[in-house]
Amino acid sequence: MTRRQFMAAGAMASAAWAAGCSSHRGPWESLTERQAQTLAAICDQIVPADDYPSASQAGVVTYIDRQLARHYRRHRKAYALGLEQADSIGATRCGVRLAQASPPQQLQVVMAIEQQNAAFFDLVRKHTLEGYYGSPRHGGNRDAVSWRMLGVSQPPLLGRAQYDLSKGPRS
Amino acid sequence: MKRVHAVIVGAGAAGGIVAKQLSSAGLTVVLLERGPWYTAADCRKDDLRNQRTTVLGNAFGPEDEGNPRVWIDARGAAHIVLPSEGSYQNNAACVGGGTLSYGAMAWRFLPQDFRMRSTYGAPEGSSLEDWPIGYDDLEPFYDQAEYEIGVSGDDSPTPFHSPRRRSLPMPPLPPNREFAILEPAAKRLGLHPFPIPMLRNSVPYNGRGPCMRCRWCVGFACEVDAKNGSQNTVIPAALATGNCELRTRSMVKEILTDNRGRARGVSYFDANGRLQEQLSDIVVVSACAIESARLLLNSKSRLFPNGLGNRYDQVGRNLQGHHYTGALGFFDFDTYDDIGPGASIAVTDYNHGTPGLCGGGLLANEFIRLPIHTLDRLPPGTPRWGPGHKQAMRAWHRRTIIVMGPTQQIPTAEGRVTLDPWVKDRWGLPVARLQGNSHPHTFEIGEVQAARAAAWLKEAGAMQTALMAGRPEIVSSGQHQAGTCRMGDDPRASVVNRYCRLHDVDNVFVIDGSVHVNNGGFNPVLTIMAIAYFASDALLRSWKGTSFRS
Ligand SMILES: Cc1cc2nc3c(=O)[nH]c(=O)nc-3n(C[C@H](O)[C@H](O)[C@H](O)COP(=O)(O)OP(=O)(O)OC[C@H]3O[C@@H](n4cnc5c(N)ncnc54)[C@H](O)[C@@H]3O)c2cc1C
Ligand code: SF4
Repeated sequence: MTRRQFMAAGAMASAAWAAGCSSHRGPWESLTERQAQTLAAICDQIVPADDYPSASQAGVVTYIDRQLARHYRRHRKAYALGLEQADSIGATRCGVRLAQASPPQQLQVVMAIEQQNAAFFDLVRKHTLEGYYGSPRHGGNRDAVSWRMLGVSQPPLLGRAQYDLSKGPRS
Repeated sequence: MKRVHAVIVGAGAAGGIVAKQLSSAGLTVVLLERGPWYTAADCRKDDLRNQRTTVLGNAFGPEDEGNPRVWIDARGAAHIVLPSEGSYQNNAACVGGGTLSYGAMAWRFLPQDFRMRSTYGAPEGSSLEDWPIGYDDLEPFYDQAEYEIGVSGDDSPTPFHSPRRRSLPMPPLPPNREFAILEPAAKRLGLHPFPIPMLRNSVPYNGRGPCMRCRWCVGFACEVDAKNGSQNTVIPAALATGNCELRTRSMVKEILTDNRGRARGVSYFDANGRLQEQLSDIVVVSACAIESARLLLNSKSRLFPNGLGNRYDQVGRNLQGHHYTGALGFFDFDTYDDIGPGASIAVTDYNHGTPGLCGGGLLANEFIRLPIHTLDRLPPGTPRWGPGHKQAMRAWHRRTIIVMGPTQQIPTAEGRVTLDPWVKDRWGLPVARLQGNSHPHTFEIGEVQAARAAAWLKEAGAMQTALMAGRPEIVSSGQHQAGTCRMGDDPRASVVNRYCRLHDVDNVFVIDGSVHVNNGGFNPVLTIMAIAYFASDALLRSWKGTSFRS
């Protein structure tokens, strides 16, 4: 942080304090709490829990939420519309919002989304799998759970020198 | 700003070498690079953001903001594309260019690759040609690249390698598990497998230590600096002469010409966005095939209304890269050993000599796959999501091998770079517009290669294989981009002469993959490096003091 940025950040923080943090909208940067719940339900069908955590348990909603404020800004509208549609499909099929439906009902709804709005489903599928299997630094794959599930060590071995002249091939 | 002997545009594979060669000979040099200088300390090991997997952008430039290109699809529709999208055909933008983060395979072309037209004839609709130079002209400079930049490997097990004056300066890295699985199988098939030559230290070399075999190599910078690029070899050497100044975050706008039609330097936007002029006796363009063509086309003047070197509408044509094909094999035992760089074994038996095919290509095992790469590389029929997908990830991530390779790309004049008439970049410069398709014969070669890869995997014990051989409707270029300023003796059918000098302007040189007449069935960088040494040598031999004369 440069000095200027530091001063600016300080000014913003005190303004927020003065306003009683009224603009604070929960833990999410881009999503509303309700959108986040619906998204979690979809993500957890894409990567459900078994012996290893589900997508949302591993932080995938955090991953998507953060990227919707960064690299995936261009997809914000698709998410807003797609999540609304998911809730309305949920309401028609099960009488409740997707997040409140039972797991078998959620599966039915997510299959219906895949049919009815393939573009949105493919986007969420791609982002969910990225978040779950990508680098933990972005908020998904918390504690490198997916890497450990796959048996690739974490933290990786760094600094080893593998070269051993006595064992090398023809050289 | 002080006038210098030479301005070089682009501090990548070729630009770095030219800078070192000219400054060591006593010429004053300014090396201009649009990107920053990352070092090994800027550890950017991010599975989602590197130079190969760009779902969250490129780690080594250019950034998505302000650097668009335009892609014309097969139906003629124009799309504005960003550097993190495949159709942008990116390489890199930083000191070292592609060599900071590359996979570092270090292939020499074979002698036939320089005589494609006379060996095979040109397929209809193609612009397949012979080079004006031959393998023998480049051999000493391949050798120089291997020793100065640093290559490990050993091609003695195969008769299908180019003649060389001496063996490589470093032995290969010890074999990984995939090597051990694939080597006996290839031999049983009558092939001649050998370790891939790599621009990577296997032993201490050039004052830096050996590879410590991590998981994140291709697409990443090396944290122990064991991967050899221009940024840790020739560029520091050029700076150490005291004759070379490197200016980073400096975007060259155009080559300036005088009213006699000779270049007098370049104008560029400096790190603060201010337009500067750097005057020089000669200008060397080493900006990588797409951007080199764009810079020439953007250098318009009264004498050169269509851009520099473009009198016969040749600049930007014959854009080519490599169409990659191969196969994915699934095994019932662990093939994964977590030992980088992963790619280790190759055969070159199939590069030439198949009746009915104009060339072929090498086949090699792929670099280590990160989990993100396995998502859509599961056995056919695997569910795309849900419990079945998650179980398949567990079942297969450690049990696959990919064998693939670059096929000989058959160039066409319609695969090309032009300037987009509307879209501008952050500096207000017209951006590159990419169009054209791969020649259909390229796909025919690729399909034969894919079947060969599958046969090798089956022989190695794969229970199941899946072919990786599409027919994408897009001009291939990307990381292996080449061809846009073709080298030739005929000024109407090429852009530069055999020494990489513009036919049109005697003090402007294009020295990078742009000059390739074709791109071989091999990754291109060692050939780009050899040409940079070759062209620098020719340039220095005709250099007559303070100002350049022909
Ligand atoms: C992830 C990855 C893996 C690869 N693996 C291999 C491999 O295993 N083997 C192999 O042979 N090749 C590989 N390559 C390709 C190889 O890196 C390229 O062939 C090589 O870098 C091209 O060299 P060049 O000199 O033409 O251009 P570059 O190395 O791209 O250098 C060009 C430089 O010019 C700069 N520039 C462009 N325009 C301007 C301008 N107007 N002003 C100022 N500067 C400018 C760019 O920022 C860039 O740094 C790989 C590339 C990548 C990205
Ligand atoms: S595999 Fe070796 S050369 Fe590649 S980044 Fe890791 S340590 Fe460096």
